[in-house]
Amino acid sequence: MSELHDPAGNTPQGAPPGRSATHIALRTAFILLAFTLAFTALMASVHYLTAPRVAASAQTEKLRLIAVVLAPTIYNNHLLNDAITLPPTGALGTTENTLLYRARKNNQPAALVFEAVAPDGYAGKINLLLAVAHTGELLALRVTQHKETPGLGDYIDPKKDRNKTRPWINQFDHLGFDRVPVEKWRVKKDGGHFDQMAGATISARAVANASGRALAWANQHREALFALPPKAQYPNTEALTEVPPEKPGVIHE
Amino acid sequence: MNDISKNGLWQQNAILVQLLGLCPVLAISTTLVNAVSLGLATILVMLLANLAIASLRTLIPYEIRIPVFVLIIAALVTVVDLSLNAFLHDLYVMLGIFIPLIVTNCIVLARVEAFAAKNGLAAATLDGAMMGVGFLWVIALIGGLRELIGQGTLFSGIEMIFPSLTHIQLLPADYPGFLVMMLPPGAFFTLGLLIAGRNWLTARTKQRLPNQHMEAAPSAEKTPPVAA
Repeated sequence: MSELHDPAGNTPQGAPPGRSATHIALRTAFILLAFTLAFTALMASVHYLTAPRVAASAQTEKLRLIAVVLAPTIYNNHLLNDAITLPPTGALGTTENTLLYRARKNNQPAALVFEAVAPDGYAGKINLLLAVAHTGELLALRVTQHKETPGLGDYIDPKKDRNKTRPWINQFDHLGFDRVPVEKWRVKKDGGHFDQMAGATISARAVANASGRALAWANQHREALFALPPKAQYPNTEALTEVPPEKPGVIHE
Repeated sequence: MNDISKNGLWQQNAILVQLLGLCPVLAISTTLVNAVSLGLATILVMLLANLAIASLRTLIPYEIRIPVFVLIIAALVTVVDLSLNAFLHDLYVMLGIFIPLIVTNCIVLARVEAFAAKNGLAAATLDGAMMGVGFLWVIALIGGLRELIGQGTLFSGIEMIFPSLTHIQLLPADYPGFLVMMLPPGAFFTLGLLIAGRNWLTARTKQRLPNQHMEAAPSAEKTPPVAA
């Protein structure tokens, strides 16, 4: 962009010689303002026109993500309306408010769908989405966001897992602490139950440990979570359960 | 017309010769599908940006042309982003993160500044399209090579755009993969080899047809590639 331009072709057009610098400056500023207004108006109107469709798409997207961990046959309530807000929770590794959805079948509690964060992935946080049945078993678990090494640690995401018939993450499906005790809820390398891939243990360990903490939390708070009215804010669970306040991001064993 | 296409596709190719927009090129070219997706979105934005600026160029004072260009490009990218999100949501889920990145792609600003601001509507639109296609084929080649050598497949991730299709395993299924190719260094190696290949081809052509070529396009050949 350093090339010189032919001044003849590019001087401001319509600025007659002899006008003061102030005049030219004001004129230029006015043109810039006019362009800003015109294109801001363009963006605002497109935003206004597309907003309802964008919101609808976002809802569909959310339901599609939830459907991955929670089979639609398990519930028949309006899931997105039956949500409560969770405060940042140490056991879930969350540092912001998150939503928890309550699935019910014929008004009977069926399952909880909520987010958790594994703070100790190889490359930072790993975001998880879990569905925990009212019976206390982990229905399914998915990685929604991560930065693990491509081709190495990213097998925790079944889309990237080379084993398409039996992805790594599926070994958590339909397990509860009755079948895998809480002290065994870790990768084999740490003496636990779950497989990991050689050379990429950290990602698997982070997911296994975070899902164990989240499952324990869900089982402990299950009845209180189902009892709250929709759109309510769940009280801070750290205070209720007298878990010492942990700094999010440093929850290691 | 012919010159504009030739420049965009080969002579002044945005990636291989002008080396513009390397940040998205290197970051997104991990698989063929990602690369082609970013390439298509870039073509669309370059077309619109060149079209808009060529038609507004008489209204834009020379002194403030860069802020106005940036404003127009950013507005167009926002409009494309919102429209895709609303009307082609499946495609948006796939491309979503790449579209805002196009604002930072200096090819768009460079072509607007170097071509659209000085040329008519038809020529500027063609230039935008051809520069975009030139960008597309190179980034697709880099993405394909990195995916093939890095994980032994092609078209992985295509099921996110066309759910009925699946990727092709080209190398044996027990191919261990070559991690370096999936990481940023692999992008630099691939790009470097492609540029070397292009320079070799150009040098060979020049040697074979020394006289005709110097007469036909003396200026294009004398310019050192990177300075363009």
